[in-house]
Amino acid sequence: MKYAYYPGCSLEVSSAAYDVSVRAVAELLMIELEELDDWNCCGATEYFSQDELTACSVIARNLALVEPRLDQLIAPCAACYLNLKKTDRLMAEDAAMGARVNECLAAGGLSYQPGRVRVRHLLDVIHDDVGESAVRDKVVRPLAGLRVAPYYGCQVVRPAAEADCSEYPMKMDALFTWLGAEVVHYPVKAHCCGGHMTQLSEPMAFELIRRLLQSAVEYEADLILCMCPMCQLNMDAYQSRVNGFFQTSFRVPVVFFTQVCGLALGLEPTRLGFGKEIVPAMPVLEARLGAAPAASSR
Amino acid sequence: MAERLGIYVCHCGSNIAGTVDVEEVARWAGTTIRDVVVSRDYKFMCSSLGQQMIEDDIGQQKLSRVVVAACSPHLHEKTFRRACANAELNPYLCQMVNLREHCSWVSTDKVAATAKAKALVYAAAERVKWQEPLEPMPVKVNPNTLVVGGGIAGIQATLELADAGYHVYLVERSPSIGGHMAQFDKTFPTLDCSACILTPKMSEVGQHENVTLLTYSELEEVSGSVGSFKVKIRKKARYVDEAACTGCGICTEKCPRRVIDHDFEAGLGYRKAIYTPFPQAVPRIPVIDVASCIWFDRGKCRACEKLCPTNAIALDQEDKIIELEVGNVILATGWQLFDSRKLPQFGYGRLPNVFTNMEFERLCNAAGPTSGKIVLRDGKTEPESVAILHCVGSRDVNHHEYCSAVCCMAALKFGHLVLEKTKAQVYSFYIDMRPNQKGYEEFYQRLLEEGMHFVRGKVAEVTDATRQPAERGKLIVQVEDTLLGRQRRIPVDMVVLMGAMEPQPDAKEFGLKCGISCSMAGWYTERHPKLDPVATMTDGIFIAGVCQGPKDIPASVVQGAAAAARVQGMIAKGTVMIEPIVASIDEKACSGCRICNNLCPFSAIEFDGEKKVSRVITALCKGCGTCVAACPAGVITGAHFNNRQILAEIGGALWDASPVLEDARAGADEPADEEAESALSAR
Amino acid sequence: MIQHATDRRGSAFLREVIENTPGGQRILHCLQCGSCGGSCPNGADMQYTPRTVFAMINADEREKVLTSNTMWCCVSCYFCTTRCPQKIPITDVMYCLKRLAIRDGLAKDTDAPALAKTFTNLLDKYGRSFELGLASRFYLFNKPLAMLRMGPLGFSMFTRGRMSLVPKRIKNIGQLQAIIAKARQLGGRS
Repeated sequence: MKYAYYPGCSLEVSSAAYDVSVRAVAELLMIELEELDDWNCCGATEYFSQDELTACSVIARNLALVEPRLDQLIAPCAACYLNLKKTDRLMAEDAAMGARVNECLAAGGLSYQPGRVRVRHLLDVIHDDVGESAVRDKVVRPLAGLRVAPYYGCQVVRPAAEADCSEYPMKMDALFTWLGAEVVHYPVKAHCCGGHMTQLSEPMAFELIRRLLQSAVEYEADLILCMCPMCQLNMDAYQSRVNGFFQTSFRVPVVFFTQVCGLALGLEPTRLGFGKEIVPAMPVLEARLGAAPAASSR
Repeated sequence: MAERLGIYVCHCGSNIAGTVDVEEVARWAGTTIRDVVVSRDYKFMCSSLGQQMIEDDIGQQKLSRVVVAACSPHLHEKTFRRACANAELNPYLCQMVNLREHCSWVSTDKVAATAKAKALVYAAAERVKWQEPLEPMPVKVNPNTLVVGGGIAGIQATLELADAGYHVYLVERSPSIGGHMAQFDKTFPTLDCSACILTPKMSEVGQHENVTLLTYSELEEVSGSVGSFKVKIRKKARYVDEAACTGCGICTEKCPRRVIDHDFEAGLGYRKAIYTPFPQAVPRIPVIDVASCIWFDRGKCRACEKLCPTNAIALDQEDKIIELEVGNVILATGWQLFDSRKLPQFGYGRLPNVFTNMEFERLCNAAGPTSGKIVLRDGKTEPESVAILHCVGSRDVNHHEYCSAVCCMAALKFGHLVLEKTKAQVYSFYIDMRPNQKGYEEFYQRLLEEGMHFVRGKVAEVTDATRQPAERGKLIVQVEDTLLGRQRRIPVDMVVLMGAMEPQPDAKEFGLKCGISCSMAGWYTERHPKLDPVATMTDGIFIAGVCQGPKDIPASVVQGAAAAARVQGMIAKGTVMIEPIVASIDEKACSGCRICNNLCPFSAIEFDGEKKVSRVITALCKGCGTCVAACPAGVITGAHFNNRQILAEIGGALWDASPVLEDARAGADEPADEEAESALSAR
Repeated sequence: MIQHATDRRGSAFLREVIENTPGGQRILHCLQCGSCGGSCPNGADMQYTPRTVFAMINADEREKVLTSNTMWCCVSCYFCTTRCPQKIPITDVMYCLKRLAIRDGLAKDTDAPALAKTFTNLLDKYGRSFELGLASRFYLFNKPLAMLRMGPLGFSMFTRGRMSLVPKRIKNIGQLQAIIAKARQLGGRS
């Protein structure tokens, strides 16, 4: 199946591991991704704080750029996913707003018919479209013995409950069960990591991150799987700052779910962006799954 | 001889007069419409003065036809027909025009509304001239009554009718009567034991000479109309011979197959494959649940059959269809509990010590799975703290917009039981406290005195995600204490969710089967929410209890009694007058093609095999007009809606249209000859 | 100081918030149940919980609300919106309050407006976000000393190839800029 693909700015460099593993896993699972030509940044939450019409128009440009022959768009970044979906819905539900957004798009020679493109996340594409038997068939290296904490974050499951249940999502749990892993109980799986709060108020932000790390440790997870670049950055890059602030000693690897999924499907760690995470994941992966063929721990 | 018309235009206060220039319409009618002898406008035509005005005019002005332009016939058609009857004018020579729901209430344009009002009045005036005197038909009221639903409302209705000497068929879907009330422990505010006050009534029903109890049965079909309904009831096979069974219980004791009881025990206890739902069941005759019985599954066992001392097991029993004739039907079909898994933030189904209200009732009940001990899901640990969450599924536009009426009181009751039976602290988390009936506010005060804690805030989530060591091993209730304006995390051992009452899953289709409809929320629609809560728009079908809307036990009892009283009134009167707006077939002209027979939605047309003609069964006919339209020979007439009348009405509505239509109307008025005239009248 | 409790007539602020929030009409249905305040991950740190803010909006307390820290603590987790039994778009109301506070210069004790502006300036110029540029400009102009604490993090990101030193510009930046210019000209809902 063919899908349009919107990587989002973070996947270019700071979360390149996500992009690389998304593409690798998609290829193996017969999910054909066609990157949008010349897509622009979705603006995260920053335009919405200033002007709603500008925010929607900036996002809508990407929806307008989706090739007419494609009607589904995958956005792996949670903020991008939310923005694209939210804008599409707003334009559909508020006709006046939709018309004004199209007026702005017209200034750039573009237009978008709300509802034309269905915005998806890779997780629900794998779970719903590819499905259990197809995934199980492709498992080369079951993740037996690996204890994973599936972290969904907020913006993929809320406010739209399309990708998964808003309160207690289970699709990543299911996927990793199919891949042979041990999915631990992770009650904060859909709680917020704080987003850009790290730039505004460290005490508030660090507390949100601490809760997520603490829960993973409490339930003895080997690593945390996530599906948003912001979440990964917060929980991984800021882990030492959190330790400093709370006098804790967390050392929990946080990687993208597609990276570990790729391992189960037989791909080598180097092809999946391992080594880019600050708290290294390879040690626990090798301990549980054995050394990967021709892999290094970088 | 020309008719003498009286036109009456009602102001209805400002309801009509605010948008329609009623004085102008009355004035114009008097001068423009032919044959109008008197044309008046009045503030409230439905008042006794208004009616008197009509009666006086009929007498003094020798009126032969009356047109009342006012509100909907649903409200006052009977009123004005009665006024005419009082003045000895046949009531069917009176026509109402709806200037309110069809005119003033749907327009803000005064000019357009007044013009429309004129057209509507002219239409009625032209029509009424062709109306004929008709007589309502008396139908005997069958003194038997069908009550569907054996909960407290149905039981009350049954007993009232049976005690008055009339026969009642009580149909109940589950193996025993009693309904949800049989599951409760105590009832608020008196803290009476629920079974203790219910079972005497259940016994009475079971033994009453005037009651035929049909449990484990479903109403499948209803036909006919008020006074004479024909109903088909499916008595499901119990696989037990009721005549031989003594209710000794050996079969249940010896049955090797034990399953979780999701119904009566709310999933907390067990029952056998052959079972009675609870010890005080009426009738005390067990039922075999085919889905869990070993014999029906793989052809083995038959222990019950072997051990029954009276040979009452009948494994080859089949469902039986029972056909009955009754005069009235009372629906008291009750409710089901909201599925709290639809609100995952409360953890029901995932966190073991989160319970629903029904589960908690069973815990408290002395005959329940824990013999009345309030313990956690492990069956033994007593909680040290209990949180009761109000409004789970109610007052929530994502699920049910309405308030379920009883949960605040039930929560107080639960609080009391926790304080009485355990040493635990108990919290109520509410948005509003609604103890609003007799003794209810006092009960709230009692709980305040007993030390129940109240936090005003709808709980945001129940979680096992701890933030600090002190929270480990507990369920955390996270809430905003709105009176403090501060978020609180309260660790408790047990959570009770006050789930909403919701309509039965098949309420809508069942209602349609009986000819009644539901509101948007799914509760049955009463005839008038304020003034007629137990009658429906279908004569002879009544509703009582929660199926009409969430309510407590006293209110259900009252509605059951009210419905019974209405039925008693009908039976005492003996006959009910059927509207004469029915179809009739000209047997001389009927060719016997029988096209109409199967089209009738009320099965009101029969075929006379000898004469080879079709005939309308007047008592069943509702005057819908389907057969009239379908007859290829045009030999069926709809009384009060014949072609002459309808064409005249159309002509009247187009009173100010082009002259071409004028001529056509004139043509319709003057028949060429007598034969054509009779043909025209007959259509 | 003597306080008089007299209210002004009606709540113009309520009208303003309803008009400037998509689906804002639902605000009229607030039961003050507190699901939002109870759900908020930062609820304990806000000056006024979201529910309190709705009560204040109803009471026309415009300045108090727009100078509060409530909306700046919002992390857009949407728990409140999902759980509100009256389907009030609470997170969107928070965005509306942010817009009004920035527009009227009432934002107090927060760097969020500066972060937002810095981000969108880069977006306007390049069509893509540029993390190094964002971080350096934002910290330099708003909290330069905090930059020192960010050093180690920046370094570990850089050594793992997770930091780009130069911005990337989209090909058709003119198209995007035309769209943005039109939006600014039309005036969005704020």
